[in-house]
Amino acid sequence: MTRTRIRGGRLIDPAQGRDDELDLYLDAGRVAAVGRAPRGFRAEREIDARGHLVLPGLIELSAHLGSGNPADALRRETFAAAAGGITTLCTPPDLDPCIDTPAAAELIHLHAARHGRAHVVTLGALTRGLDGEHLTEMGALRETGCPALSNGRRPVPNSLILRRALEYASSHNLTVLLHPQDPGLSEGGCVHEGEVATRLGLPGIPPAAEVIGITRDLALIELTGARVHFCRLSAAAAVDQVRRARERGLPVTADVAAHNLLLTDRDIDGFDTSCHLVPPLRGEADRQALRAGVADGTLGIVCADHRPLGGDAKRAPFGATVPGASGLDTLLGLGLTLVGQGLLDLTGLVERFSLGPARLLGLSGGRLGPGAPADLCVVDPDFRRVLQARDMRSGGHNSPFVGRELPGRVGHTLVGGEPVWDADGDDA
Amino acid sequence: MDLQVDESGRLRHLLTIEGLAPDLITAILDTAGSFTSVTERSVKKVPLLRGKTVVNLFFEPSTRTRMTFELAAKRLSADVLNLDIEHSSTRKGETLLDTLRNLEAMQVDMFVVRHSQSGAAHFFAQHAAPHVSVLNAGDGYHAHPTQALLDVFTIRTRRPDLENLVVTIVGDILHSRVARSQIHALRALGVPEIRVAAPATLLPRNVEEMGVQVYHRLEPALQGADVIIALRLQRERMRGAHLPSEAEYFRYYGLTPERLGKARDDAIVMHPGPINRGVEIASEVADGPRSVILQQVTNGIAVRMAVMAMTLGSRGGEPR
Repeated sequence: MTRTRIRGGRLIDPAQGRDDELDLYLDAGRVAAVGRAPRGFRAEREIDARGHLVLPGLIELSAHLGSGNPADALRRETFAAAAGGITTLCTPPDLDPCIDTPAAAELIHLHAARHGRAHVVTLGALTRGLDGEHLTEMGALRETGCPALSNGRRPVPNSLILRRALEYASSHNLTVLLHPQDPGLSEGGCVHEGEVATRLGLPGIPPAAEVIGITRDLALIELTGARVHFCRLSAAAAVDQVRRARERGLPVTADVAAHNLLLTDRDIDGFDTSCHLVPPLRGEADRQALRAGVADGTLGIVCADHRPLGGDAKRAPFGATVPGASGLDTLLGLGLTLVGQGLLDLTGLVERFSLGPARLLGLSGGRLGPGAPADLCVVDPDFRRVLQARDMRSGGHNSPFVGRELPGRVGHTLVGGEPVWDADGDDA
Repeated sequence: MDLQVDESGRLRHLLTIEGLAPDLITAILDTAGSFTSVTERSVKKVPLLRGKTVVNLFFEPSTRTRMTFELAAKRLSADVLNLDIEHSSTRKGETLLDTLRNLEAMQVDMFVVRHSQSGAAHFFAQHAAPHVSVLNAGDGYHAHPTQALLDVFTIRTRRPDLENLVVTIVGDILHSRVARSQIHALRALGVPEIRVAAPATLLPRNVEEMGVQVYHRLEPALQGADVIIALRLQRERMRGAHLPSEAEYFRYYGLTPERLGKARDDAIVMHPGPINRGVEIASEVADGPRSVILQQVTNGIAVRMAVMAMTLGSRGGEPR
């Protein structure tokens, strides 16, 4: 374990209330001290962070791994994460194989430990094979290291089953992540139901599909007292519901995908298949409501909702393409874009992109106080580049932001105090 | 970048009416007018596209559209290939892009594409080699530009004063690529009042933002109309719970002689075909003196000749 000094960077650590130029001293994979060196500390490595930001590594709440064998996929995607300043990837349960048994989770942990450049946290399945009918062995999944459960984007249409799942999960002190959606109302749709869908002749998904989903789920939360996190909100009315539920004291939190804060359904004009996303890009009023939700903390987490897809997945007529965006390469750039737009300050950025997910899942990251894991990134926030597909390190180049200018360059990423990304070395 | 019009304003592909300059639409209609004389001669051929190869690529069944595209190409002396999708390799899992590449390798000059997915023609145009033109013969619910052009051509023949007309479109607007293209074309040519009439289950959200007035009852929608366009009702819509029955649809939205009485005395009745008699239109109306349904079919050939000549003709001298 190399003793490291991160010198002269602007340290942003909302957990300690810090935003200041401070040296950071790392030892044995953890933060040893902030500001002043511990007695007798002699750095074996020094990273010059002057003029740059020092942030807790980002924690991506939903990272699919793409196709191919898991070892290659983990090597590739954790590399993309490290290069993007992300030090923890949470994988949703709808992988292949589905994370519905301890063995499936352990396989991911094993490959991640062997090949990964970032921590990998598995979210377990709520129902077996995500069938929406049979509960998984939640206790065993928790013991394997799954901090929360989810049914991915697959619905649990039967409210009695969902009630039982929430009750059983809370007995094991597990948070449940839900993607609220009425499956009937959204069936067959591929874009936001509105003027653009009408003009392009694409089948729409009305915001009401999400609102109905949230309404039912909130009623079950009230009934069971379960701790629930709502994933990927897209509609203004859904943000309102979560805000009111939180005001009533219900144990609910929620997140949004970064692209839903920056794009609308107008961006699909011309049948841009990179903007085929689930939930869909909605109208400007929805986008503004989502941004307000992020600003006031109703949406405490912003994520990439990373879905790396092979080239053919997006090479077809719009409705026949696979929805999803590859987001690890752009997550920090999108976050800094929100900072540039004044929606968040840097403290807010760290809260939404790192500390928020850490708190939700009970992870020790997201902080850089003494004793915290030395998972961090050093970022030049003023650097700007136009995103090129060939520069993306994820296996999926399916980003709606290809061709757009994004701020920020990650100079260094450290996981457990060890460098996993060095722009001057790895990026040469 | 405009996919269908090049820097000098010429038509490269025809994918949608949306965004086409009114002058260009008028130019297409004028060219079509000059071709109607060809189709009336005993020798119905001109050598404009001699040596060019046109492929009809129909992933969805069609009779009228495909035949008129074929006739149009043949009257321009092009070689025509009809790709029968039922027996083609796409059925064996070949991707659309592979199909396109293979046909391009056979030195094809133009694709006429019909596909059930909205945006399919855009997809072909985005991936086609630079010398290849793509004509949209209907993509999903999105667009059917040549149908809309032949419709406005037919209207213009009868009623050149487009800027004074009230046009009413009746029927399944939600699933109709024809209606969407007609609305764009009518608006571009300055038709001041476009009405759509259908139950709410057959109207897309925010359709009024396309510049139309929405009616849920047919009688007021027909009041004073100059042109009435009935759309085909697809029977599978009953299963999707859009409508309770054909009988109830005809009762409230069927175009009958009595309802036609609400329109202007010289109003014309149109239908893109194929028609369901007794479902969206009564036989007396379809076959009556106001009906121009068969003229639409005839005009379809001249309009498609015009579009083909304008897209391919402008590329005549380009080296391969």
